[in-house]
Amino acid sequence: MLLVEDGLGICVVHLSLSLSLSLSLSLSGAGGGGNDVQWCFSQVKGAIDDDVAEADIISTVEFNHSGELLATGDKGGRVVIFQQEPENKSQPQCRGEYNVYSTFQSHEPEFDYLKSLEIEEKINKIRWLPQKNAAQFLLSTNDKTIKLWKISERDKRPEGYNLKEEDGRYRDPTTVTTLRVPVFRPMDLMVEASPRRVFANAHTYHINSISVNSDYETYLSADDLRVNLWHLEITDRSFNIVDIKPANMEELTEVITATEFHPNQCNTFVYSSSKGTIRLCDMRESALCDKHSKLFEEPEDPSNRSFFSEIISSISDVKFSHNGRYMMTRDYLSVKIWDLNMESRPVETYQVHEYLRSKLCSLYENDCIFDKFECCWNGNDSVVMTGSYNNFFRMFDRGQKKDVTLEASRESSKPRAVLKPRKVSAGGKRKKDEISVDSLDFNKKILHTAWHPQENIIAVATTNNLYIFQDKLN
Amino acid sequence: MINTMECAMDAQSLISISLRKIHNSRTQRGGIKLHKNLLVSYVLRNAKQFYMNEKYAEIYRMQQYEEVMTVCNEIQELNPLDLAEDIAEASGDCCSQGAGSPLLMEPASVCCALPASNHSAHTPQQQLQAPAACSAAAALALQNEEVCKETNSVFFRSCCAEAYPVTDCDFSSLSAVHCNKTTVLDLDTHVVTTVESGYLHQDCCAVPCQGAQAPAKKRKFDFGCYATESEEVPDFTPCKRARFEDFYCPHSEQLDTSNISNLISIFGSGFTGLVSRQADSEFSLNGQFCSKQTLASLGAWTRAIVAF
Repeated sequence: MLLVEDGLGICVVHLSLSLSLSLSLSLSGAGGGGNDVQWCFSQVKGAIDDDVAEADIISTVEFNHSGELLATGDKGGRVVIFQQEPENKSQPQCRGEYNVYSTFQSHEPEFDYLKSLEIEEKINKIRWLPQKNAAQFLLSTNDKTIKLWKISERDKRPEGYNLKEEDGRYRDPTTVTTLRVPVFRPMDLMVEASPRRVFANAHTYHINSISVNSDYETYLSADDLRVNLWHLEITDRSFNIVDIKPANMEELTEVITATEFHPNQCNTFVYSSSKGTIRLCDMRESALCDKHSKLFEEPEDPSNRSFFSEIISSISDVKFSHNGRYMMTRDYLSVKIWDLNMESRPVETYQVHEYLRSKLCSLYENDCIFDKFECCWNGNDSVVMTGSYNNFFRMFDRGQKKDVTLEASRESSKPRAVLKPRKVSAGGKRKKDEISVDSLDFNKKILHTAWHPQENIIAVATTNNLYIFQDKLN
Repeated sequence: MINTMECAMDAQSLISISLRKIHNSRTQRGGIKLHKNLLVSYVLRNAKQFYMNEKYAEIYRMQQYEEVMTVCNEIQELNPLDLAEDIAEASGDCCSQGAGSPLLMEPASVCCALPASNHSAHTPQQQLQAPAACSAAAALALQNEEVCKETNSVFFRSCCAEAYPVTDCDFSSLSAVHCNKTTVLDLDTHVVTTVESGYLHQDCCAVPCQGAQAPAKKRKFDFGCYATESEEVPDFTPCKRARFEDFYCPHSEQLDTSNISNLISIFGSGFTGLVSRQADSEFSLNGQFCSKQTLASLGAWTRAIVAF
């Protein structure tokens, strides 16, 4: 007998049936297959016109743990949550659409009078908490303050008060002749978002990441130089667990760029640096985790040295795989997969847009070289995805060693239209349908992408639009 | 070491662009981004190292030529006393300005030689000069312009013009003196410099107090708006330290970047100059730094700024 686990659950298989099982696994392809999967346009959210208001620029995208909810944050400090419609029973092959569920203003612009600094309201990160009851909870953060939001539904309301009229006016108690018990009556669904906790004043520098622990009680927040550990219930206190600020700021050589808790081990977290290193820390070792347990670093290739080596080696995102065995890092030109047991070099490296290496000067001039791309895993950790320029995004199938470049554009936005793979010609002859590097639009960048935890549904954020793609279901 | 094939831009352009970025970051919404400015400082350091390496290579070439010429000069009847007078005059002028504010101290230590600068272990802070520091050197260098004439020579005129310990160095010989230097003569200005293994040795400028403190002391760059923590106001300087022993003066080849030339006028009055100049119609914060400077001030800038 053989125990087989895939994304759909645990199956007990008789060995003689193993061949047919493997066949069916590849066909079901839950969350897998960058190239077996054909991606189709599903929806696009956001304004159509090309004139983009700065406040509408999407700054973060995140699915919740079930994938039913999709949250986006923008530069204007707003959070928009989309909910997937339940699958249509008459069309079981068609996955539900995502429609707006709730919109609220999470952060407002603030002014620090002491330092004469304006604090941007831009939402840097959103992280969902696992659902414990009927309400949903998420953490959203700007540069300085983290907030815990409760999103709850109200579809009933009490009616039949004795002392209150239906419109809310109070009745004169002397006019009450009989008593009745108020009852709940159905009403139109109302989704309310209320801030339950505000975690403020713990970060001197700009917060770049938050991560909820697998214990569902604590979370960490990181700015350029420090990582703090919070308890979700306690807002007036946090523990500083990493501090890389040098005694003399003149000696500063690196900053923290991203941090994440291990998905299974509640004592383990990693943080990446601007120097291209990742440090894994164990909170059981000491209260202050300045000393890392593991240091992941790949030696620099001296032949690639340039003026901009430090910039392009800076890690912009780090994400653990769902199974907790690997982690992925994104620097300017590549995605690297690291095995947590091997610190000396990544196990896999994928070039996202190597053709940009010869353009670093121009990209430095127009500030594009500072763009912070994110990356994400699919549900079963077989494919990774990240964004690029010209509204291109890339998927790398780790198992099949294949990659694909797709584009999020209005032109390919017909319902269920299959996305055509794109290709960038690095130089020399440009084939038909290829795009030359010089005609890439560097203002159209995909920094934020998210993959549904179980299905082949992806959310890709262009500047101010959110594209949702699904795999083609037959 | 640095692959510049990809880059149509030269190091000087990169330096000016980087300085512009740092300047612009002051007015960005949300406060100064530490990460981005740190990365920009790395580019500045790399560009400076590259520029200096190129200059050193040039010095070596010129030095070889000049060594030959110096020997030839010895054969000619050259009165070393005339040279000494020139130098003493020059150093007298400059030394008198050496007192007082930290801003004026730096040009004196411009004399100080460059240690080997390709210390990869060093932080960019130790290798870079803050714009205000450059401005200080530039200001003083401008004042010394009549003393330190601009020529096509490769020599380090500012350092020659400063309190150069003329008594310690032997002009006439190639022989090693107490700091084992090679004496080189600029035939145009009759100014003598000493080069040790390609570096201007710090010991050679026995400048009172400036030389001694140069390695240890780092000028704090008054970058008030970088203060993101009240206790850090005094020491937070993402635009890193000026280390003035790193100063050396490239020769007066014409810079074709008017960016740098305009920066000098902006930074000339220190960083507050930036604020006051924002109303200046000539100065565009966003785009091109306009208005070309004359060659003389360009030259002063190149002398002062050093491989930024």
